[in-house]
Amino acid sequence: MNKYLKIFKNGVIDENPTFVLLLGMCPTLGTTASAFNGLSMGLATTAVLILSNLIISLIKNLVPDKVRIPSYIVVIASLVTILQMVIKAYAPEVDKSLGLFIPLIVVNCIILGRAEAYAAKNGPVESIFDGIGIGIGFSLALTLLGAVREFLGAGAIFGVTLQGENYGMLLFVLAPGAFLALGYLIAIVNQLRSKK
Amino acid sequence: MEYILIFITAIFVNNIVLSQFLGICPFLGVSKKVSTASGMGLAVTFVLTLATIVTYLIQKFVLDPNGLAYLQTIAFILVIAALVQMVEIILKKVSPSLYQALGVFLPLITTNCCILGVAILVIQKDYNLLQGVVYAVSTALGFYLAMVIFAGLREQLSMTKVPKAMDGMPIALVTAALLSMAFMGFSGVDGGLKILFGLD
Repeated sequence: MNKYLKIFKNGVIDENPTFVLLLGMCPTLGTTASAFNGLSMGLATTAVLILSNLIISLIKNLVPDKVRIPSYIVVIASLVTILQMVIKAYAPEVDKSLGLFIPLIVVNCIILGRAEAYAAKNGPVESIFDGIGIGIGFSLALTLLGAVREFLGAGAIFGVTLQGENYGMLLFVLAPGAFLALGYLIAIVNQLRSKK
Repeated sequence: MEYILIFITAIFVNNIVLSQFLGICPFLGVSKKVSTASGMGLAVTFVLTLATIVTYLIQKFVLDPNGLAYLQTIAFILVIAALVQMVEIILKKVSPSLYQALGVFLPLITTNCCILGVAILVIQKDYNLLQGVVYAVSTALGFYLAMVIFAGLREQLSMTKVPKAMDGMPIALVTAALLSMAFMGFSGVDGGLKILFGLD
């Protein structure tokens, strides 16, 4: 049990994909105009990551080394297609707000990176836990960034208004705010890590 | 006129990197020097244009007639991966000097989300082939422009002293924020052009 907890903690804190590894920046910046959008993107990626880690760790011995990467991409693309259909059917409003970024989960470097760096070398159970850990780390980071941007930009978090009606630094909801908020969040994380 | 509108909108108003957040990985990853940034920009321009043409033809002549539109994501990413590999092989044979310049960047391009993103956007926006190509070329030029400006800024930045926690990625992101803010100055230009060209 302890071993799995360690894999999990590694994904959430030590190797947090957004704040430490700096992977998957496109969805991180593109879908975090609000906390809810960030959370749904994080969860969608987590679902694909867990399943792709599981499948790849199961098929790793069947796939010849030379066609490894293309095969992994096909697995990931199939999972993303399934996810896209599920989201369209059950959560059309999420589909609308994330839009193009759902099919683009295919080219999220976190997923291929974990497949290559972890699932291709470890057993299925460890790989699932790694997927959960990294996925939750990514979701937390996206939700945090989304919450910061939504709070500063629209005075709300998860749609709950916390500031006065007329409040709003529109900049944080728009493109520059994404770069700015993420830059400062990474700087804060760096500062905390160097203190440790 | 319509093509000029697509051209200007894609480069300045809806810049692929600074306002649509596609292709952020190479934008942040290979922008430490102007020369590498420009190499990456050229490689993307080349592949993006080719990929858009090929994926457009596949969508219209293979996927749509057979009712396979749901296979779009899988088909596109496979086509892009194969295309990148092919470009690499052909360049190696035909133009070793160009291969030398772009070679290192080509494998990275498969997972560059702006290629897949633009391929899907062209279908979503319901462009015809010519509009799609103009859109792809101008998007790629927008990418090139953003890359080179940003790399220039980072070259200057590497000579300044920044607080330790801000060193590296954080200060680069803040710089990107300022650049993105500068590009926001173009917003509304597309609307003005539409009126000017009488397309509204």
